Formats: sequence, C-alpha cells, structure tokens
Amino acid sequence: MADSAPVSPPASSTRVNAPIPHESAKLHVSGRALYADDVAEPRNLLHLAFGKSTLAHAKIKSVDLSAVRAAPGVVGVYTAADIPGANNVAPFAGDDRILAEDEVIFLGQPIFLVAAESATAARKAALLGKIEYEPLPAYVTIAEARAAGSFIEASQIMRRGDVSRLESAPRRVSGRFEMGGQDHFYLEGQIAVATPMEQGGMHILSSTQHPSEVQHLVAHALHVNSADVVIELRRMGGGFGGKETQPALFAAAAALVAAKTGRPAKYRADRDEDMEITGKRHEFEIAYEAGVDETGRLLALKMDLASRCGCSTDLSPAINDRALFHADNCYFLENVELISHRFKTHTVSNTAFRGFGGPQGMLAIERVMDDIALHLGLDPLAVRKANFYGPPGSGRDVTQYQMPVTDFVADRIVEDLRRRADYESRRAAVEVFNREHPYLKRGISLTPVKFGISFTTTHLNQAGALVHVYADGSVHLNHGGTEMGQGLNTKVAQITADVFGLGLESIRVTSTRTDKVPNTSATAASSGADMNGWAAWNGAETIRLRLAEVMAKKAGVPPEEAVFEGGRVRAGDLDLPFPELCRLAYLARTQLSAAGFYATPKIHYDRATHSGRPFLYFCYGAAVSEVVLDTFTGEFKTLRTDLIHDVGRSLNPAIDLGQVEGAFVQGVGWLTIEELVYDAKGRLTTHAPSTYKIPCASDRPEILNMELWRGGENREPTIHRSKAVGEPPFMLGISVFSALTHAVASATGAACATLEAPATPERILKALAAGRGEAGPREGA
Amino acid sequence: MSDAIRFLLDGRMERLSGFDPTLTLLEWLRGPAGRMGTKEGCAEGDCGACTVLVGELEGEGVLWRAVNACIYFLPMLDGKALMTVESLGGEHPVQRDMVELHGSQCGFCTPGIVMSLAGRAMGAAGTQEADPRDVLAGNLCRCTGYGPILEAARRNPQKPAADPELVAQLRELRRKERLTLAWTDPATGVARRWIKPHDVADLARARLESPEARIVAGATDVGLWVTKRHRVLPEILHIGDLMREIEETPEGLKLGAGVRYAEAHAPMKRIHADLGELVRRIGATQVRNSGAVGANIANGSPIGDTPPALIALDAVLTLRRGDERRSLPLESYFLEYGKQDIRSGEFVESVFIPRPAPEDFIRIVKLTKRFDSDISAVCMGLRLRMEGERVASARLAFGGMAGTPKRAAAAEAALTGKPLSQDSLEAAAQALAQDFAPLTDMRGSSAYRLEAAGNLLRRFWFERAGAGGVLPQKPLMEGAFHG
Repeated sequence: MADSAPVSPPASSTRVNAPIPHESAKLHVSGRALYADDVAEPRNLLHLAFGKSTLAHAKIKSVDLSAVRAAPGVVGVYTAADIPGANNVAPFAGDDRILAEDEVIFLGQPIFLVAAESATAARKAALLGKIEYEPLPAYVTIAEARAAGSFIEASQIMRRGDVSRLESAPRRVSGRFEMGGQDHFYLEGQIAVATPMEQGGMHILSSTQHPSEVQHLVAHALHVNSADVVIELRRMGGGFGGKETQPALFAAAAALVAAKTGRPAKYRADRDEDMEITGKRHEFEIAYEAGVDETGRLLALKMDLASRCGCSTDLSPAINDRALFHADNCYFLENVELISHRFKTHTVSNTAFRGFGGPQGMLAIERVMDDIALHLGLDPLAVRKANFYGPPGSGRDVTQYQMPVTDFVADRIVEDLRRRADYESRRAAVEVFNREHPYLKRGISLTPVKFGISFTTTHLNQAGALVHVYADGSVHLNHGGTEMGQGLNTKVAQITADVFGLGLESIRVTSTRTDKVPNTSATAASSGADMNGWAAWNGAETIRLRLAEVMAKKAGVPPEEAVFEGGRVRAGDLDLPFPELCRLAYLARTQLSAAGFYATPKIHYDRATHSGRPFLYFCYGAAVSEVVLDTFTGEFKTLRTDLIHDVGRSLNPAIDLGQVEGAFVQGVGWLTIEELVYDAKGRLTTHAPSTYKIPCASDRPEILNMELWRGGENREPTIHRSKAVGEPPFMLGISVFSALTHAVASATGAACATLEAPATPERILKALAAGRGEAGPREGA
Repeated sequence: MSDAIRFLLDGRMERLSGFDPTLTLLEWLRGPAGRMGTKEGCAEGDCGACTVLVGELEGEGVLWRAVNACIYFLPMLDGKALMTVESLGGEHPVQRDMVELHGSQCGFCTPGIVMSLAGRAMGAAGTQEADPRDVLAGNLCRCTGYGPILEAARRNPQKPAADPELVAQLRELRRKERLTLAWTDPATGVARRWIKPHDVADLARARLESPEARIVAGATDVGLWVTKRHRVLPEILHIGDLMREIEETPEGLKLGAGVRYAEAHAPMKRIHADLGELVRRIGATQVRNSGAVGANIANGSPIGDTPPALIALDAVLTLRRGDERRSLPLESYFLEYGKQDIRSGEFVESVFIPRPAPEDFIRIVKLTKRFDSDISAVCMGLRLRMEGERVASARLAFGGMAGTPKRAAAAEAALTGKPLSQDSLEAAAQALAQDFAPLTDMRGSSAYRLEAAGNLLRRFWFERAGAGGVLPQKPLMEGAFHG
C-alpha cells in the first residue's frame, strides 16, 4: 500500500479518473489564489466589528453606545432597530438574530455593529459599549439543560423490533460516556465584503458553502428581493460545514452597513471572534444498554443520544437525525430503540461539521462494540463482524429506518484490511508488549465505516450548472457548488472536459454566483461532485449534442457518429479541431450555452415515522490503528494506521486520497487533542490555536498506509459511478479512539470501557483511574 | 540618531518612516506593500499562514529564518532582508513539488507552508538537522493531513550558492548609531516610540533614559498584546539583535539575553538532552527563530517555557543597570504572579546554566495536549545530586503549578538525604500537594496537574535505569519500540 498520494501524470491528461492536480494548485503555491480578503478593496471601504454580550443569558436593560460613536475612526454604530427587514440569519427556524434585541442567549452574541475607517478602529471601539444586563439562568452543559428541560425541539425516537428482548438476553452490557465538540478551524476565517450597486442592489463576496442561503437571508434583512442581491465566491480557505449557515451573519452585517451608508463594507472576523461566535460540532452524551448473546451478537439495544445544540435551532434537527441514521454504522440492529434529545443551552449554536452528526452516532455504536468485547473477553473485531449487516434477503439487511442495505461491502473491505494490516499477529504482539512493559501500554483496533449519501431533507438534493462554449472553442464552466479545497471544481472541470474531449486548459472554472445558477443547495453532505458533476454533465451534453448535429450535417452522417476526442471532432470523413466546429456552429446560429440540472433520484423520507430511503447509497471504509500510551502521564502516540476507503470509481484518485487523509487526521483530532473548554459562565476559553490544538504535522501517525478500495464501484447511477468522499473517511479516525480504549483497558484489566472523548492526557488518566477503581494500587502498571 | 528603518525586499532597499512602530509585518505586507500571498490565520504566531523568511548576516553569509509576520513588528526588520511567497515566483522547486504531490487543498495555509519548505531548501535556521515534521510543526493545515506536504519536505533540499551581493547590501545596512522611531497616532494624539540601541552599552544608557519602556526581543509574546488585546505600547526598547553571545565552557553555558531559542537549541542540548528536547518543543520553528531565551525569562510568564528546567539546573541571571551588574539565582527572580525582582533601569543581560555533574540525575519533562507547539499544562525540571546511592541534594521545579515557575520544597525535602528508591519518589510525589495548589484552566484541571506532576516523579523510577550517570534523553514512547 502506498504511503502517499500518487504522482500526477503530465498536466494535459483530461481523463476522468486521472489524478490531476487541483485546478488552483499553482495559484495556491504561488500566493496568487485570491480569497475574499485578498481581492482589491473598493474605494471608501468601511471595516466592521460587533459589540458582543459578556453574559450567556440575560435581559438587556440598557445600551449606551455614546463612547463607541465618539471613538476615533467610527463612522456608524447600528443596533437591531436599524435593520430594515428581518433580524434573522437562521437557515429555517427563524431564531438566529443578526443583532440581539432585548435578550442575549449566548456569551459573545452580537448586540451592536460598528463601522469604522479601519478594522483596528472598529474592533477597539466595539469594546466601549456600555450594556446593562439583568442576568437570567444560563444552562451551559447538557446536564444543566437536561435538569431544566430545555430543548430545541421534541425528543425523537427511532425504533424497530422489540427492545424488551433486552430482558431475556444472556448478557447485558450498559454504559455511558461523553464526546466533545469540535471547532472547524478553517484557516480562512469568516468574511464578507458588501458593495452597494445601483437601484438598491447589493453585491457580496462571501466565504460561504451556501451562497443561495446567504442571498435569501440578506435580501430579507434588507427588505429587498432575492434578485437584488448577488453572492459571489471563488474559493474558501476551508469550510468543513462551518461555512454552511454561519456566513450569513457576517454577510448580513456587511450588507446592512453598505445599505445604510452607501459605502462598501467588509466584515472580517479575527480568529478569536470566529471561534467565539460561530457554531461547532455538537457535543454528545451517550447512554446505552445492550443485550447480547455469548458471541457478542446484539439481540437488543437501547441507546440515548443527548446533544448540546446551543442557543438556537440552526441545523440541529437534521444533525441529530443523522446521528440516529448512523447509530447502526455497519451493524444490524434487530431490536432497537434510539432516543435523541436535542438540548438547548446558552452557548453558541452548534452547526454542521463534516459528518453532520454521523460521527457522533457512529462513535456511540463503536463504543458499544468495544464495551461488549471487553465484557465478554472477546476480540472486538469478532464482535463487530458478528453484527455486520447480512447480504440482501438474509433478513439482516434493513436499517432501523427501514432502508434496505443493498450495497454492503464493509465486510469485504474489513477482510482485505485485516489481512493486509496483519491484524491478528499485531494484536498478539500488543498483548505481549503490555504484559512486559511497566507503564507503556499499546492498543490496536479495526473499525469500519458506513455512511449514507444524500441530504436527508429530500428537496435539497438538486443542483444546477451553466456551461458556455465560445466561438473560439473555450469553455466557461459554472455550477452551484462551492470550492473549499475539496477539489470540486477540478472534478466538475474533468467531467465537463471529458464531454467535449478537451484538455482541462480549455475549461475556465469560474466563481460561484447566485446570478448564474439560482436556488442552489449548500455544498454539503459530501454531495458536491455527485450533484454538480451531473448538472454540469447535463449542461455540457446538451451543447455537445447541438455541436454533433452541426458536425453530422456537414459530414452527412448521423449525429451519433460524431466523436469528440483529443481536442478534435470526427464524423464520417470530416475531422475538425474543436474550435473550428464551434466557429461553424456559431455561424450556423447554434445556441452554445446551456443550463444543466440534476435531482437525486429514488430518495424519500418520512420524518414522522423515521422511515424511508433518505440516502441514494452508502460509502464504506475501514481503518486499523495502533497506539501506545503512557499510563503515568496519559500522553499517547499513534504508531500506525492502515486504511482502505471506498470512493466508487474515483473521479480523481489524488484528490480523493487527499480527502481521505485529511478527513482521517481531522477525525483523530476531534477524538484526541481538540478540546473545547467552556467555563461555568459559558465562556469558551479555547478560542485560538494557542489553546485549541488541531493536529500538526507530527500528529500524523508514524506510519499511514492508505488505499482507495480497488473493488469500488457505485451500484447507483452516480456520475461515472463515483462515490462521495468529503465526510465518510472522517469516521476512520474512530479507530484511534477505539485503540486507545483497548490500551486503557489493557492497562487496568477492567472489563469495561471507561475512556471519553476527546482523549486528552487528562481524560486518559481519568479513564485509567476509573478502570482501576478508586481503591486500586498506585503503581506503574 | 536615525529615524527610518531600512531593509531589503527581494534585493531592493525599502526605507520607511512615519508609521506606527507596532504595525506588524503582516499588516504592512497586506496593506501598503500589496503582497496578498501572506495570510492571516490567527494573528498570534500559532498557525504559520503568515510565514515569511527574514535574512541576516551570519559570518560571511546570510542566514534565513522563517518567522511569523503576524506578530513581527515592522521595525524589527531594520537591517535585514525579507522574502515573501511572491519572491519565489511560481516555479521554485518546492512550489513544483507541492503541486505535483497534491500538497494543497484549500490553499490558505499553502503560502506559509511553501515558505517554510523554501526556507528548508535554502538552509534556513533550524531546518537542516531537523525532522521535516519539526520544520512544519508551526504550519497548521486543516485539509491535507500533512502527508503530501511532508513528502514534499523530504525531497532533497539544496543549499543555494552564497549571495555576495546580498551580503554586501546587508553590510551597508549595519547601524553604528541608535535608531529611534517616533510616531503620533493621528486619531488619538498618543505618541509612540521605538528605540533600537546599536550596542549593549547604548542599551544600558537607553534603559536608564526610558525605564518604563517595554523591552522587546522577538515579540512572540508582546506581539499578542497588540494583535489580541489591542494594547497601546507607548515606548518599546528593541533588543532583538543585541546580546547574542553564546559562551560554552566546561563550567556551563552562558546565553546573552537576546539569543534565540533556535540558536540556543544545540548548546542547550549539550547541557542535557532533555533540555534540548524542551527547547525543541517550545513554540515551533517560527517562534524559536524569533523568541529569545533570556527575554522570555525576563518576561516572567507563570508557565515559563525554560524556567522550570533552568531553576532545577541552578541557573543564574545577570542583571545590568548602567554599568553595574548583579547576579541573581533564577529562582529568586520570580517574586509572584506578574512580579519579578528587577529594578528601574535594569535589564536581563545574560543567563548562565551550570553544566550538570556526570553523576547527577537530570529529568526535564513537559506535558501538553499536543506534543509540538503547545504550552505546557505541567513542566518539570529535576536535578538530583548523588552521593553514592543517596540523594545529596534535590532541585525540583515546576511550571504550570503556581503563579510563577517554582521549586517544590516539600518534595525536595522528601528526597534529600534519602536513598533514591520507589518509596522516596512516592513520598516526594505525595509531598507535592504541600508545595502546590495549582489552578484549573483550559490546559488542565488542578487535580490533573497535581496527579501528573506526581506521576512524573513516580515514572522517574523506571526511567533512571542507566543509574550512575546523566540519563540519556528518553524521547516519549522510546520504550514502545524497544520493549
């Protein structure tokens, strides 16, 4: 297995399936790739900063902004009363204010907005507001919200079969544990630049995964039509879900000032502000009770999944639903009851983050697997395999939400990986090591991944593209998806180039703009290439068919005989350079522009009964990780990870491997060193990289063997039979947490799992202490 | 006296005056200079998206250093050469490698990474002997997982030919007199001054003239006061290019207060491998290239990067006021949180670290959430001076356990005069509860700090295996590979 991405072929290769470099790679490395803050600033630009709440929950008694207005460089100060339209940036529930009105519901919530001649002037002035509060009870933790009965929506129950089978199960395993949240830590912070246009129009450069939503929310806030607002985005410096709903706040603030002053306005959050006032991955508390037979096969499972949603609804209902959809992972849950509590707390409203609740559901069931194995003294891999979905028709092939699993390949991937990574003999070696070493303990674990692809809100599964072919044969490609580094534009350009038989150099990738493709969905749910790839293909194919007609007419053959290849078009005896055919088509008055569209087929879901087919298909993968930990300090290292991941027939193996590796490392970060710490008053104390530690180069496993699964092919009619890749491999990181669980148990001899996430040195020591029991002897082992 | 800074940008001299002396290099690049390739990711020197290369005369050549432009005050560039990502064009070998190996995804961290890699290819400070992961520890990437970037770093770096023209240009920029920059904020009318003495004697005079001025060496801490806390620093005394002498003798190591971590690393490693490892884990390459050991001590941080170790090693500070000098044991310098034993007009001139005796046991350990570029939750320095099997004297100091780096008197007493045994170490571990009542913060709870600190002593029993001599450095998890 290769330890690194494949080296790319010469740049002129156009084939779909080729490991072509990212379309912006040369711009990235030379510093010429423009992000929103790099674009030449318009004249008279104003810079913005929020004045923010210093309490988590309070009534606002009075607001005195006289010192803010008098501060040097300040041009204007705005409150909720200045918003001409809706004071709202929520994706659907209407409960996210741009600026607080009479109540603040999290510490850091924007209350007023300062516009000044420089960013420093705005930020300094924003500290001068005098706000009088009447403090109200603040729930910071899940426990506090639970005690107060504070929810964002009704608890949801997904059940199947007869969970009372628990009572008669030969073995019962129960436990509870917590997993922390995660900050996106995209390297480019939130930013928006609004420029007023004529007749009340507004142009906004926004670093967003969801231009259409920003457009609609800004229009409502300004009380104008969507057609009056244009959102533009060439690329983001990372998104990971953190720029799905969160950018609207900054865009609305910039647009408000631009509308009020007639001057362009930029809001660029600095790192601390970005981390303090934007949402994160949901923390979860899990409690479970499993009934199993002697082989570890689940007979019944009852599980509670409680999440901290924060102060508003945002996307929390769908995120928590996805946790339920993934609480089976690769395992058939015959008799199951999953109860999902969505707690409202006075902390920043948690939001989408790669995996969208899936990782939390999956970690929960993987923890159950580890705990069963420890209780029964079995190899956790044997327990996992005993619970796998069965083949179609086996009676073990339907999810707890009634979707048949017809494409299950996790068993084959796991078998492949087990053999290649030498799982059994390494597990034996770990046991020998652990007997011999006085205080270092190793752990090894192999965990699988099954992840559903499609937005679970069915109507979001649509995408559009706009393709122009110019008379000189060059192609202008636009689609509704957004580029955040994941290589979407590269893949869509490959697909488009392939339709015309052209090299990538003929395809101009352009900024995503709401005035080119309307009513788009967020680039999210890993669906970017699936949906926009098909939409662009449809648009390009429409034009290709028109060109084929022209060609056929000239050559006197049927249009089907026109072949587009290598920058030329052949039909009958005729062989023309592509640009020549375009020129002829133009002269023949042929429309060389087309919109493409795609709506994902087959999917439907009934939320009332929690049943249906929410996903078009599943992605699969597996990873085996080996760790070593120091039982005195709780420090650990990942020694080796081997992984295999299924991306179907890869559109671009280099980009897909990059996604797999990046997602894996990000997943390990979530479960180990990335710790969000809130104090009792609800203040986030880890709001910058000095205190919030994402993985750095030395946190990558000492050995990392990665492979795209050779047998991969999508059974569903996806574009070129590829599979989505953004989110699924994130959950390969669970293998490291599971290996740590093994190491901790090996150190204590406890017949149960005690580790919580993130597994910081402190939590590892805590897990060791819990495993040993309070009275255990304090010694090396 | 001079009132303008001069530096070389791509070989062309820039002469700047009349600007806010606490303007950062990043703000200048992205503002007046219009070089947008250098990015702001955190404005606190932790992510490396703003990495640029600064060149200085070193012997007969130019030594380049990667630094974080976001916390690098513009006047610090005076007399130096600067390269940004734009300086490389687009066809530099590391740029080609990064494209070919798919080393960028979103691309936002990429210019900083390219500069770290270009620095390595140019033989920049702290890169030649270092593991590629070490060279890149200060460049966070959220997309790639680092594999392709490390692959690019492993491709053979070549030190380019000397650049005599640049050497000549830099020699021209050497200062023989003090630099003073004065600026008044037009918005507030507040005056600010930047003073850069031209030698130590001049610094001693300047310190007497401006006893209230904030002394700045690498600005790896003070930079954040400006970028994060929006503090106004009316007067800055910049010592970054002074007191750079390193004296290694059989008795010990003397470091001038301006010696940067990167320069101090090798000699400190020769004092003890653990001390070298501690320095390797302070900040990352960019921070070690800017921050100075003595200046960090003088600053009096409660965590203290090196002080716990240096207190254990019985280091001595030399403080200077005018032409008068006094020596002070390092441990006496830290009075209480935010307060040090330093008098008006005085400054730290050097720190002396005595070389341990061959039979001493030394152990220096730093505990963090992330191994590289993280601030310690607990940092321990331990020196046991032995008489046969007995501990003749114990020096045990901790950072992160109190308002200052502090010795553990009760734990030391539990060891002193006793045979070194699992029992005496256990007694010392338990005695820590009398020495410390640590705080709970985002780096660790009070209980964890106390338990982990005690465990470091308990673990020491297993680590002391090579009894009779100075312990070899034990990289974490060494035993994991050798059983």
